[in-house]
Amino acid sequence: MESQPNKLAFDSGWAYSPAPESTDHVHIDKKYDLFIGGEFVAPVKGGYFETINPATEEVLSSVAEATDADVDRAVKAARKAYRGAWSKMNAAERGKYIFRIARILQERAREFSVIESLDGGKPIRESRDIDIPLAAAHFFYYAGWADKLGYAFPGRTPKALGVAGQIIPWNFPLLMAAWKIAPALACGNTVVLKPAETTPLTAMKLAEVIRDAGLPPGVVNIVTGAGKTGAAIVNHPDVDKIAFTGSTDVGRLIQRAIAGTKKKYTLELGGKAANIIFADAAIDQAVEGIVNGIFFNQGHVCCAGSRLFVQESVADEVIQKLKDRMETLIVGDPLDKNTDVGAINSAPQLEKIESYLKIGQQEGAEMYQSSCPVPKRGYWCRPTIFTGVSQSNRVVQEEIFGPVLAIQTFRTLEEGLTKANNTPYGLSGGVWTDKGAKIFKMTQQVRAGVIWANTFNKFDPTSPFGGYKESGVGREGGLHGLGAYVRLEPQS
Amino acid sequence: MTAKTARVPVAKTYKIYIGGKFPRSESGRFYPLEDDDGAVIANICRGSRKDFRNAVVAARSAQPGWGASSAYLRGQILYRVAEMLEGRREQFVAELVLQGITKRKAQAEVDATTDRLIYYAGWSDKYQQIFSAVNPVSSSHFNFSVLEPTGVVSILAPEESGLLGLVSNIAPVIVGGNTCVVLASQNLPLCAVSLAEVLHASDVPGGVVNILTGFREELAGQFSSHMDVNAIVYCDGDASVAKQIQEKAADNIKRVLSRVEIDWKSHASQNPYLIQETQEVKTTWHPIGS
Repeated sequence: MESQPNKLAFDSGWAYSPAPESTDHVHIDKKYDLFIGGEFVAPVKGGYFETINPATEEVLSSVAEATDADVDRAVKAARKAYRGAWSKMNAAERGKYIFRIARILQERAREFSVIESLDGGKPIRESRDIDIPLAAAHFFYYAGWADKLGYAFPGRTPKALGVAGQIIPWNFPLLMAAWKIAPALACGNTVVLKPAETTPLTAMKLAEVIRDAGLPPGVVNIVTGAGKTGAAIVNHPDVDKIAFTGSTDVGRLIQRAIAGTKKKYTLELGGKAANIIFADAAIDQAVEGIVNGIFFNQGHVCCAGSRLFVQESVADEVIQKLKDRMETLIVGDPLDKNTDVGAINSAPQLEKIESYLKIGQQEGAEMYQSSCPVPKRGYWCRPTIFTGVSQSNRVVQEEIFGPVLAIQTFRTLEEGLTKANNTPYGLSGGVWTDKGAKIFKMTQQVRAGVIWANTFNKFDPTSPFGGYKESGVGREGGLHGLGAYVRLEPQS
Repeated sequence: MTAKTARVPVAKTYKIYIGGKFPRSESGRFYPLEDDDGAVIANICRGSRKDFRNAVVAARSAQPGWGASSAYLRGQILYRVAEMLEGRREQFVAELVLQGITKRKAQAEVDATTDRLIYYAGWSDKYQQIFSAVNPVSSSHFNFSVLEPTGVVSILAPEESGLLGLVSNIAPVIVGGNTCVVLASQNLPLCAVSLAEVLHASDVPGGVVNILTGFREELAGQFSSHMDVNAIVYCDGDASVAKQIQEKAADNIKRVLSRVEIDWKSHASQNPYLIQETQEVKTTWHPIGS
């Protein structure tokens, strides 16, 4: 092979042997009912839909399709639990139930990791090292807040809202469930949660955990279904709060749907994050950051660094190194511990991504994809970059939610900043430079809720997450995440 | 010898306030403000949607500079506004009386308004310390969350509290580095226009506060829907009004802040959570290493 002067040497001459995580300790039922009032109950109208493994297209299980009547039953159970045991319980005891959930999740972590990768297509390395441990940590973090809420709101007395309706996406199924349920319970609310229709299994397993943790019946209710089920939650008159993570378009519909009601809401919506590389950055580290920013979880990440801005003087070097690094990424079996990029979550999502690959090329951009082999069955997309794009290109402006990066260059800091902020979104951003003063200037002026400087895609239960502008309303995580689940009264 | 005649008093033309200037409405329209006996007190500009768009442009261009000014400076400027208001106390009292309340109540309202400005001036360099956090993440990173202004805020000011309610909503928005476009009370607009003159004389940069007069019915829709406004504050109306506002606000996921049924005279109506409501939380991560 012809050698290039700056080429990173990843090739050790050794091939990777398959290292699949075993599935024999994992049990998935043939059918999952709804979790309402502490029990698994069949849906009123008796409908079920299949959930498949996107890496093999094989059916994993059937889950119940909750209709309006089922959602109503779940909300009633949540209201009953709120009026009864949950709101009367001593806050420290409430916290102990949440601690229990965290502990059981830790005990069953391996099982959850495997199911998460089976149902959603994400690499086992990610579900094992990120999704599941973070979900447990989230419950552990908020459990401790339950009896300390007064300290979070100086001069105010926080009160629970009542019943929270929560709708979560398919990209981090268990983690998003934890982000939603943990603070809601800590603040004394009860919950009706709907997981995404393509990734319901870990939520149903979480229902088992909640049952085993002995939570009073109805404190957490989990109903499965698609958009109609979500709409039933949003429109239910006895829900006090809506928490939604998903697309900006659906977020708009929700904000309109609950207009004029007393429902509180938090929305965690789309993004098109700028990842900005200055010439004085540690380039090799920045390349790792770019890869992590856009190819983590197949790019199914609302805060993905999907717009790359490279300072012109190092653009050629960065792009070449990025291409070299992309060549090393292994796309394939999510359960293989060597896999870097797993399966695209669903056929419709793959279709959407592929439509953007066409759009990008039609608009005149140059597309580059790594040459790795991909499995014959299942939904796959090779890591992809577009160069030669401009601000108005759709692959620059619109959220693709796949492993697709649009690359632009800039000369001055001001130009980089202006381009970075030229988007209706404002969820996250990245800055790479060795100069401290430049970091602070950029991190202050990029209009987004989470900024990673010399790192990317880091998450922690103590760290608030959420967007500016059309990326959403409110924060999840940390002290600030409590505000979404309380109303504040003047101190008496 | 000519007969001694009484001096003719000079009446003020009440105008709107956009980008640090006092134009009339571009529409050339007005509405008469009448006293209880039907006599015309003043002709008030009936602001148009175009006036509102102009005001948003002014607010947007003023925001980066105002947001980047130091907390200390913003505090001093708000304090200066209070000083100027105190100096013009009699004028404001007279206007409130003209609009139909007793002199005693008018004096109380002006004094409470001055005190409210001082209250928020004092918060300028403190709310950040109350609401920020250093987050103890598990990985080797330094991680902190601070507040930043949401941006441009449109305010439908309280209809029944023409001065105190107006200032109670402007002050927490601008002390946090936002700029705003305000629709004054339709029936109690005099003090809003005079407040603009006070702001103008207090080193508040042009465009930071823009004040329109006009018809709520006509303008509320655009206050809610404009795509370059980041948040809307409204202070009146029932569920149907709230519904209209939030439906339109959803076009660009505006923050919608309902402050209806608040007694602006009460001490409890001033608190730093009103500042926090038009702030965004930004969290920054950086690795710790060598």
